[in-house]
Amino acid sequence: MAYAAGVDVGSTQTKAVIVDEAACIVARSLGPTGANVVKAAEDAFQQALDDGKLREEEVEFIVGTGYGRYKVTFGNTQVTEISCHARGAVHMFPGTRTVLDMGGQDTKAIRVAATGDIVDFCMNDKCAAGTGRFLGAAASALDIPLDDLGATALGGERPVKISTTCTVFAESEVLSWLGRGKKIEDILLGVHQSIAARSVGLLRRVGIESEVTFTGGVARNLAMIATVNERLDAPVNVSEDSHYIGALGAALFALDHIHTSRAPITGSREA
Amino acid sequence: MVTGTDGLVGRANAEGAQLIRDWFTALDASAQAGRPAAYVFVMGSMAELLRAFDFPIVFPEINSLQTAVRRVSHEFLDEAEDYGYSPDICGYVKADVAVQLRGGEHPMGRIPKPAVAVHTNACNTYIKWAEIWERMYQVPVLTVDVPGSREAGRRPAPGTPDFERDRRYVAAQLREIIPQLERVSGVRFDVDRLREHMAHANTMNRAWARLLELNASRPSVFNALSDGTIYLGISNGLRGTREGAEYFERLVEEMEYKAAHGIGTLTEEEWRLIFVGVPCYPIFRRFTEMFSHWGGTFVDSTYLWFASGGSNLGLQYDLADPLEGLAEGLLLGVRDAMDSMFFQTDLLLDMVERDQADGIVYHPIKSCRTVSTGLADTRRALMARRDVPSLFIESDMMDRRVVSEAQLKNRVDAFFEGLAARRRQAAPRVTE
Repeated sequence: MAYAAGVDVGSTQTKAVIVDEAACIVARSLGPTGANVVKAAEDAFQQALDDGKLREEEVEFIVGTGYGRYKVTFGNTQVTEISCHARGAVHMFPGTRTVLDMGGQDTKAIRVAATGDIVDFCMNDKCAAGTGRFLGAAASALDIPLDDLGATALGGERPVKISTTCTVFAESEVLSWLGRGKKIEDILLGVHQSIAARSVGLLRRVGIESEVTFTGGVARNLAMIATVNERLDAPVNVSEDSHYIGALGAALFALDHIHTSRAPITGSREA
Repeated sequence: MVTGTDGLVGRANAEGAQLIRDWFTALDASAQAGRPAAYVFVMGSMAELLRAFDFPIVFPEINSLQTAVRRVSHEFLDEAEDYGYSPDICGYVKADVAVQLRGGEHPMGRIPKPAVAVHTNACNTYIKWAEIWERMYQVPVLTVDVPGSREAGRRPAPGTPDFERDRRYVAAQLREIIPQLERVSGVRFDVDRLREHMAHANTMNRAWARLLELNASRPSVFNALSDGTIYLGISNGLRGTREGAEYFERLVEEMEYKAAHGIGTLTEEEWRLIFVGVPCYPIFRRFTEMFSHWGGTFVDSTYLWFASGGSNLGLQYDLADPLEGLAEGLLLGVRDAMDSMFFQTDLLLDMVERDQADGIVYHPIKSCRTVSTGLADTRRALMARRDVPSLFIESDMMDRRVVSEAQLKNRVDAFFEGLAARRRQAAPRVTE
């Protein structure tokens, strides 16, 4: 049995996924990226090997993705996380035609073909407004653990209107609402709604086609899912492994390489 | 670099770079001698007319972009912002303001002060920009109002009543500014001198149109973004001169040679792309390399249209009646420049067809609303009419603070991955 791996080095977290020849996930890992990007990639891969009780030589091909993809020094090639999220999302939910990927520093809207190939995409610009980082800044301002953010926001009943999604101004915006006596739950619900509005705006730029699949680390946040659903007026697909979807897509591209190298067929997919 | 191949390949870039250096050296000499200049803009410069009055001609847009190419634009932008200009104002304007505040100091030599500013309404910023010089130096600002297209796809041709009305309107304004130019320059208007400069411009325009035609060949013979910008510099700075005309004739000679011998800009031309907008000058070379890394080259660019002073149309002035001819040329050139920015869908579809392009790269820039505002709409309109892959990337032509190379590269890489996937899907699967 040969295995293929994908290592997704994101701005905040590094993920690794290993798949078998049938494209089933057999191992995964997740850890902070930190300042040493090369080591983060190596650690993530090693932890995934440990998770699957695999030896390194059993992994035949490795694809690096994410902003640190060129730092996956042990990888065989690189593919952007835009392609990887598209591929991973369609693999998880074959009906996917639009992907919303919300990560630490950027948000992507991707229109995909049934094959998982990109049709069109757009992303937030250089500024990190409306990304996971904004949620982090709000959590920090309210002294709430990031993992509790969604559950707390879902307790909101009268959400405030957040006028800026600028990460730099998030703290002052949140504090000003606290100063006006608003409940933390209502402030946080407002924060989630403003990010959802901005993200759905990105989706509209590429054209929303059903089904929509929500990927990335922020897709684990229940309030974010709820506010995006509300904004779209339709439920999005969300996997429990949403934060691994980029790494999964990379692993699937790696698997393509293995299949291509074995099968006497030309003109088939290559990463 | 001039290589073998009869000494032709690479000649135009080397000669072009030298001509641009010579042009700035001449401007420096004018500044040192205290000769006041005519300040103009690339869209509707009227250089042919101004040369008849012996003005050194200054293109502040080109001065500004040169600061970015030479990686010092931030110093100039900071200086203008320290003076009070907002970060949101056109980067070209701010770099020029800093050049003026520095008494004409520029990385390529000293820039002479203006004696007069002559411009059209091709860009709304031109008018306010010229007013800055008016206030700084108390010089006359001569604005020629050139009517644009009233609607997309309807361009009255010369000879039609609508066009002739517009021509008379422009010609009357040209007649009005001539006495002003005589007064400022102290040189009497000589129609034969104007005719001579217009004849040189005719040669250049003919060559420019041929150049664009030649790039439809496979492989393309020049990169419309990197090489094309050098040609644009010459077509503006040396417009109406013998040197400029001869340069373009030699350029066409080189490109015809390359086309005949199948010599392209890349070892392997994988993807033929069209560029829409203004280049990212702060990382000018690396920006092009993001595409050439994947075998992508720019075969055409709207920049080569709207910033070429009407040369893209191959305009041939009627030399029998130079003022009427100039009015017609100005009208056609400026109208086309504005259409290239605002009504570009049909033009781009024609370009995709002619150049057999694989994709379009839209590059809106933060500090120019004029060329950027409608790009999302035109992209959408074009996609509705034809399935052409396109990439939308944002940065700036001057301000490196809003240029994120990592993010640009990420988008460019994803674009090529998408192009490759489309090609694979379209290719017939061959089984051994």
